[in-house]
Amino acid sequence: MTDSNYYTYLLRLADDSLILGQRLSEWCGHGPVLEEDIALSNIALDYVGQATNLYKQLSSTDSLGRDEDAIALTRQESEYTNLLLLELPNGDYAQTIARQYFYSSFYLLFLEQLKLSSDAFLAGFAEKSIKEVKYHMQHATDWMLRLGDGTAESHQRMQHAVNALWPYLGELFLNDALDESSVSEGWGVNRAALKSSWMDRLQSLFGEARLEIPTESWHHKGGRSGRHTEHMGFLLAEMQYLQRAYPGAKW
Amino acid sequence: MAIENARDVYTRRMEGVSIWVVRSSDIVASSPADKDFMYEPANDKVYRHPTFYEIPPEVGHM
Repeated sequence: MTDSNYYTYLLRLADDSLILGQRLSEWCGHGPVLEEDIALSNIALDYVGQATNLYKQLSSTDSLGRDEDAIALTRQESEYTNLLLLELPNGDYAQTIARQYFYSSFYLLFLEQLKLSSDAFLAGFAEKSIKEVKYHMQHATDWMLRLGDGTAESHQRMQHAVNALWPYLGELFLNDALDESSVSEGWGVNRAALKSSWMDRLQSLFGEARLEIPTESWHHKGGRSGRHTEHMGFLLAEMQYLQRAYPGAKW
Repeated sequence: MAIENARDVYTRRMEGVSIWVVRSSDIVASSPADKDFMYEPANDKVYRHPTFYEIPPEVGHM
């Protein structure tokens, strides 16, 4: 593997976790009930913790000698490599839960493969993260059932959320040249190969939750190349505010 | 769902090993009005409190 391929691969995983953690943290203090406020804050912390591990590892080989905070919090928008799904605004609770379900059911499958990586750091990272993501998926599944197969309003909101997020899910399963070379070298994961188990599980859940699976096949992409949605700029303005206003600030 | 809520709310700080969920109609509890005679007497008997023992690390949290 080349150093720069490995770096970019880790950066993608780190950015995914950081951006999702940032979005989930926006619910803190605003959850629909106390237990959900705490649940989402805990889940946000899990993702920020994963991002921290990854950025620390990145900082040890960073060509500009940046520490983990600088890598995480001072890049330009076009330098972030996260999936577009994760930077979308939270929307209502149904949309947040739908995103949680779609992403954590994918991410669990991804980590189960990553655990088999020939790279010790990635395998260890996957093993540790699986414990957290199993819980995220359980939580999201329970809520998908309750909201989908709930009241008329919860069902309508959940179906609307599913339809709104659907065009962003294709990107999860895209393999680009970096993914393909990481797979052939034995340390990365074939994302496209995860799609059929992900879909099987989704179909059985949606059946129980009385939700329709959208038929839309066009999907957004561009996150991996730094081409983001119009929402990313606002997210970064909030996330980076402190580090930019007080460079080098520490707790 | 109740188990998940309990896990999120009560076990964040390494306090949890097992969670039991029971219908409140199945619970028999002491009355809050009886708090004084049920529990107060123990407070001023310092010699009964297990705070002077050094617990070996293998025992874990008690």
